[in-house]
Amino acid sequence: MTHSGPEPMPETWSANDPVLSVRNLHKSYQDQHVLRGVEFDIHQGQVKAVLGPSGSGKSTMLRLMALLEPADDGEIRLRGRRIGVREKASGTVALPERELAKERRNIGMVFQKFNLFPHLTACRNVMLGLTSVKGIHHKEAEEQAMAMLHRVGLSHRAGHFPSELSGGQQQRVAIARALVMNPDVLLFDEPTSALDPELVGEVLDVMESLANDGMTMIVVTHEVRFARRVADEVTLFDSGVIVEQATPDEFFDNPQHQRTRKFLSHVH
Amino acid sequence: MEFDVNIFVQQLVNPSYVSGAFLSVAVAVLSLILATAIGFAVALGRTSRSRIAQGVAGIYTWFFRAIPALLVLLIIWNALPQLFPVLRQDWFSPFIAAFIGLGIVEAAFMAEIIRSALLSIDEGQALAGRALGMSPVKVMLKVVLPQAIRTALPPTGNEFIGLVKFSSLASVISLQELLTTAQVGVNITFRYAEYYAAAIVYYLIIVSLLTLLQSYVEKKFVWTSRSKTKKPSILEPVGQGVQS
Repeated sequence: MTHSGPEPMPETWSANDPVLSVRNLHKSYQDQHVLRGVEFDIHQGQVKAVLGPSGSGKSTMLRLMALLEPADDGEIRLRGRRIGVREKASGTVALPERELAKERRNIGMVFQKFNLFPHLTACRNVMLGLTSVKGIHHKEAEEQAMAMLHRVGLSHRAGHFPSELSGGQQQRVAIARALVMNPDVLLFDEPTSALDPELVGEVLDVMESLANDGMTMIVVTHEVRFARRVADEVTLFDSGVIVEQATPDEFFDNPQHQRTRKFLSHVH
Repeated sequence: MEFDVNIFVQQLVNPSYVSGAFLSVAVAVLSLILATAIGFAVALGRTSRSRIAQGVAGIYTWFFRAIPALLVLLIIWNALPQLFPVLRQDWFSPFIAAFIGLGIVEAAFMAEIIRSALLSIDEGQALAGRALGMSPVKVMLKVVLPQAIRTALPPTGNEFIGLVKFSSLASVISLQELLTTAQVGVNITFRYAEYYAAAIVYYLIIVSLLTLLQSYVEKKFVWTSRSKTKKPSILEPVGQGVQS
């Protein structure tokens, strides 16, 4: 199955429609055109791995999807609803930061460098979104946070600060921190690239178990084996566009595009 | 004339020294609070994307770093009441004039300390807060500020101690702070050594206490669970339960 072109955007959203969909996404920094009309859909419970050479724009796509940076052009829809902008008769205007903050609650993000809050314990890192964004009471937030830390296998480290955790543990706390907000989709931006090789496995194991539990995930990664084993679909990004999109078997065993073959020859 | 220990000890326990020392510390504390509040606003202005905010903040810093604190005190106490009748009323005491004057001058310096502290926080921190859906105010209060405070604490301790000593400038607007107390006594008795020595003791005590306070506060910003003798509870606010 190769990339068959985008379906038309539905007006009303049903469970069969993409949870998150992106149309004609463009982004430039200074004179560099990083995203050149990206089209991307992900359905409920799907796991999509995004591969591609560094500088190909895949991390930028995640940042735009997470509403951390504004797109120059194109649209992003979450459950069928346009996000990041307000539609007016004269066109669309970017939402102010306060409004964007509300829309970001439904999209989780895991960063390459974890970005845990160093002044808070693991448990409080996970609690912060619940207490300060969702307004959940301290006691209940703590219970939810502990349950989430248990899920990533770190309940015994709840009282430790990030500086006292290994990189793999920090990234698992960061996953718990995003997950506890119960997002519609979880975005991973090269979650194992900053880890020592022996710590990669524990993070990928957690991610795989989330995938098995039905979490909708977009994973930008260089972990080819993980993409092959866990992803429902693998995407190759190059020079700001999606080159190939296929099931893992098709993608790795029978790539349709020259650029995919070239990329795979480098990483295998 | 020999150093008269009796006079020295007499002055040391003299209530006017105690109240002078108290005034010096009170002026320093209040002006530091004022300076931190204004300085935070100026720092936000300087790091803001708005050209106007940058400009206003830049001019504030430029102006008050240039003007001597002594001149600012004289202007506030002597010149402003001539221009504004409200400042001729009884409430406008030397104490109020002193802490406002020192506070607005100090704010220019605190602004630089706070600005560099804010800039020292890794950009990924605000990014992670925003990704969670935190509003800009929450990102500042819950993520950036707690970390920036740790960076700003040591230089702020310096400024605090500086303010205690700068409070002696308020003698020109007839505030009976510590140094003025000594000076008044000297003018009557001419026992320079004994009276000044008493002042030295008081300054040493004040600065020692402030240094202890600073190291106590800094320990609250050590983000490890190991530094705590009792097992940390996740229920406790961060930094509580620190015992050295």
